[in-house]
Amino acid sequence: MAEQVKENTVTLTIDGVEVAVPQGTLVVDAAKIAGQDIPVFCYHPKMEPVGMCRMCLVDIGYPVKDRNTGEAVLNEDGTPKIQFGRTLVTGCTQVVSEGMVVVGYSEKVQQARKDVLEFFLTSHPLDCPICDKGGECPLQNLTLAYGPGESRFNYDEKKKNLKHVPLGDLIFLDRERCIHCARCTRFQEEIVDDPVIGFYNRGRSLEITTWSEPGFDSYWSGNTTDICPVGALTTADFRFGARPWEMLEVASICRECPVGCNLTLNTRREAKSGGKMVVKRVMPRQNEQVNELWICDKGRFGYHYASADDRLTTPLIRKEGEFIPASWDEALSLAAEKMQAAGSRLVSVAGGQLSNEDYFHIGQLTEHLGGKAVLYSNMMGGDLTTKVGMGPGSNLADLGAGDAILVVASDLEEEAPLYWLRVKQAAERGATLIVANPRATKTDRYAAHIIRYEYGQEAAAILALSLDRIGDSDLADESFKQAAKAFAEAENAVVFFGSEGTGMAQSDALSKACANLLIATGHTGRPNNGLVGVWDKGNVQGGWDMGLQPSATLFDDLKAAKAAYVVGADLAGDNPAYKQALAQAEFVVVQELHHTATMELADVVLPAQSFMEREGTLTSGERRVQRYYPAVPPAGESKADFAITAEIAAMAGKELESVSAGLVFLGIVGKFKDYADLDYQALAEVSEQWPIIGREDLYYGGTGYANHQGLGVLLGTAAGRGEPVLIDGFDLPDTGVDGLLAVPVTRLYDQGNNLRYAAVMFPRIASSYVSLNPADAAGLGESVVVELNGFQVEVALKLDENVPQGIVVVPRSFGLPISAPTPVVVKN
Amino acid sequence: MSIYNPLPILKGLWTTIKSVVEKPVTLQYPEQKRVMPQRFKGRHHLRRYDNGLEKCIGCALCAAACPADAIFVEASENTDEVRYSPGERYASTYEINMMRCIYCGYCEDACPTEAIQLGHDYEMAYTEKRNSIYTREILLDPPPEGQESTPRKVEPGVFNRSIPVMKDAE
Ligand code: SF4
Ligand code: SF4
Ligand code: FES
Repeated sequence: MAEQVKENTVTLTIDGVEVAVPQGTLVVDAAKIAGQDIPVFCYHPKMEPVGMCRMCLVDIGYPVKDRNTGEAVLNEDGTPKIQFGRTLVTGCTQVVSEGMVVVGYSEKVQQARKDVLEFFLTSHPLDCPICDKGGECPLQNLTLAYGPGESRFNYDEKKKNLKHVPLGDLIFLDRERCIHCARCTRFQEEIVDDPVIGFYNRGRSLEITTWSEPGFDSYWSGNTTDICPVGALTTADFRFGARPWEMLEVASICRECPVGCNLTLNTRREAKSGGKMVVKRVMPRQNEQVNELWICDKGRFGYHYASADDRLTTPLIRKEGEFIPASWDEALSLAAEKMQAAGSRLVSVAGGQLSNEDYFHIGQLTEHLGGKAVLYSNMMGGDLTTKVGMGPGSNLADLGAGDAILVVASDLEEEAPLYWLRVKQAAERGATLIVANPRATKTDRYAAHIIRYEYGQEAAAILALSLDRIGDSDLADESFKQAAKAFAEAENAVVFFGSEGTGMAQSDALSKACANLLIATGHTGRPNNGLVGVWDKGNVQGGWDMGLQPSATLFDDLKAAKAAYVVGADLAGDNPAYKQALAQAEFVVVQELHHTATMELADVVLPAQSFMEREGTLTSGERRVQRYYPAVPPAGESKADFAITAEIAAMAGKELESVSAGLVFLGIVGKFKDYADLDYQALAEVSEQWPIIGREDLYYGGTGYANHQGLGVLLGTAAGRGEPVLIDGFDLPDTGVDGLLAVPVTRLYDQGNNLRYAAVMFPRIASSYVSLNPADAAGLGESVVVELNGFQVEVALKLDENVPQGIVVVPRSFGLPISAPTPVVVKN
Repeated sequence: MSIYNPLPILKGLWTTIKSVVEKPVTLQYPEQKRVMPQRFKGRHHLRRYDNGLEKCIGCALCAAACPADAIFVEASENTDEVRYSPGERYASTYEINMMRCIYCGYCEDACPTEAIQLGHDYEMAYTEKRNSIYTREILLDPPPEGQESTPRKVEPGVFNRSIPVMKDAE
């Protein structure tokens, strides 16, 4: 073993510090490991080196060997003789070798750095005082550390360029500040495969442009502002919002999708906001097992709903049709009384973005009163992920050659952008990617096997992928056979199932088929094997884990309800059918952040705190439990969801913890086996991560934040504990429809309640539409009327070759009443 | 029996008489006011350029330099339609808490556009605590004779630099 370690590591000296690093490491990375600074601009640890900027120049010496004997030649004092090269070398392109001596502190190197910086500044506007990057700018910092005090260049010959170029709606470019490092263009190309920006012209006229329509059309654009080493790229959202040093940092977790990206919220007290503490920007926080250094633009710019002006600040009680502000006592006792009276006709509906603590309490209260608790989601299978999910020790970054990933019924980038990125990277490392989806998606680009099935046949398609059944399936063609073989033979295999075109029945069958496939091929109970739900909302997995489940009969449940307790779910806004049902419920209690269509139907409204105002835990699709922390004081009299539920419970005769989320979590720990070893401390633990990033290393990893507040913990699974796992039988959903079939799909930028408040994103959110195959669109105009579930809606028509014939693709949360595949009529 | 010695009392009387004819040091404030030395540091002014545009660009470097944390700045974006200062950025909120200020002048040193300067005014008594906050409206100098105030509409593309070219001190 010791031998092997020695074989694979290389020992070198960097500015007097000896360090052992793996073979193949670049000199700049080795320096970071050794705790030495070799400044860089164009190099980024997540991308291939290009050696464009020359900032990393160092002097490198190699031990001299005797040509005849191969022995190291020694100096008179017995130290090995080192031969330095004639010229300086770029440390970002140089790989380490045994005995190498790297010198960064010699006069020669320091002079080179001065010269490089002097060149960079020939046309730099030096307007750091008004630059959003000022204060966290690698160019500013490195110029202070290494730059010349004065320039020999003529001020009047500075190149004047446009300083205010919107690259699309979200990102601004300042052409004068760009140092042509190509980090942004390489990020878009290499990492997220959206090559929509690039260089144009040459030499001093080189500039970044965008050629997409709309400009900079990518879900990842915000990340380029983190890694741009100057203030050339800044966001429209933060623009002049504050200086970096004026803001506090608070750790949080994104809940826009099931990935659970780690965030840092930067806060500041503001006169503009009436002296309130407000969140000024959302930044990525490093978690190499979840989001690495990246977040998508929805997570970065979509947070405004949490601090919107129309937040509910006091409880409201409906009297004679009007909402009258009430005291907490009044409102809670009224709610408690009605809910208690409802008994088994109480229906609690919990939205998909609540915390585990909230779900736990809603479950406890509803159980106590004998009612029915429903998780508001259209996907099934959250119990299966607890059985055959990815267990502890898993990390998508470990998947590579010999492993397989199956993505089924999911437009992964739209449903969970970071999962898409991690899957893409696994495929690039050599993992076999199998994409099974009725229409083409961006994920197809990296797929080794693409399987097309008809909408509604997702479960049948997965069944056909089981090797032992492949013979009996009329679906299975050659592509199935190859994919099935690859999956079965893979060392590790992970299945991501989404909600493309599925309703609850389809999702139930699909998730079971997926679990069966994993069990049949032996891909359960081991790290990096298992089932991942690409849930339709951020914490659906947490809801399932806390014992809540979606209900296929929600519509009827609500209609018959004596009391409905709706927490963080805009049923009426999402679907007019629910609106009708809720209107028939006898008494409606709504716990919400702001005015919603559902709240309009309430008899009692209880103001809840947003995620920025409280703490709690979320469970991701991979079943990683992560903690988020309070960043700003609560709006008005609002309270945390779990606290409100606890106070209702107290009035209804059940004691629940109403103050500390940490204590609620202890209740969860006591009740659910998977959570048994956890507590808030364990969730806050961190360990070293690579690459090293953070405030001292801005030039290296960018302005993303280092993680000091917790990497979270992956939950154990039943299969992992060796318990027998049985999957119930299921019926294949009926798919036969005469005429057109409408299928729901997910878009990242939807018209849901969260994005309703993100003004910068408005131009990027499509207006309501449906898409059709051109062959089905004969005679239809640009705007059509869609008849769906008894409702008529006028929407735009998009023609898309990717949509199979006979299918109408209907995006969710765009004001169209759809939650499952449904017959539809489209007319002019 | 000792003889009374008048000398000490005369000495004292002499001092008294001398001060009676001396010019008094007391100023009859507020009727009379002291002329301040050139380098006296009194309350701040936010200066304007000769064309009337505000010099302050809302960079908050003064706030960063302030050892007493007395300054609070919030920036917003200029447009050619609604322009306060040259360049992209101006201070939409600018407040100095005079109760915290120690008149050290560090803000003046930090300012890249020579916008904030300590002047000679010292009459800043107030009876209400909140009046110790001097806002940008109070601090801003009036525009020079004949110049329009801010915000104003300007010719597009002319005022596109925030920081003026300044010669190094010889
Ligand atoms: S915009 Fe920024 S990241 Fe892109 S090339 Fe210019 S300096 Fe580099
Ligand atoms: S006064 Fe000067 S230093 Fe202060 S914000 Fe304005 S421009 Fe910046
Ligand atoms: S050339 Fe090495 S970091 Fe740019």
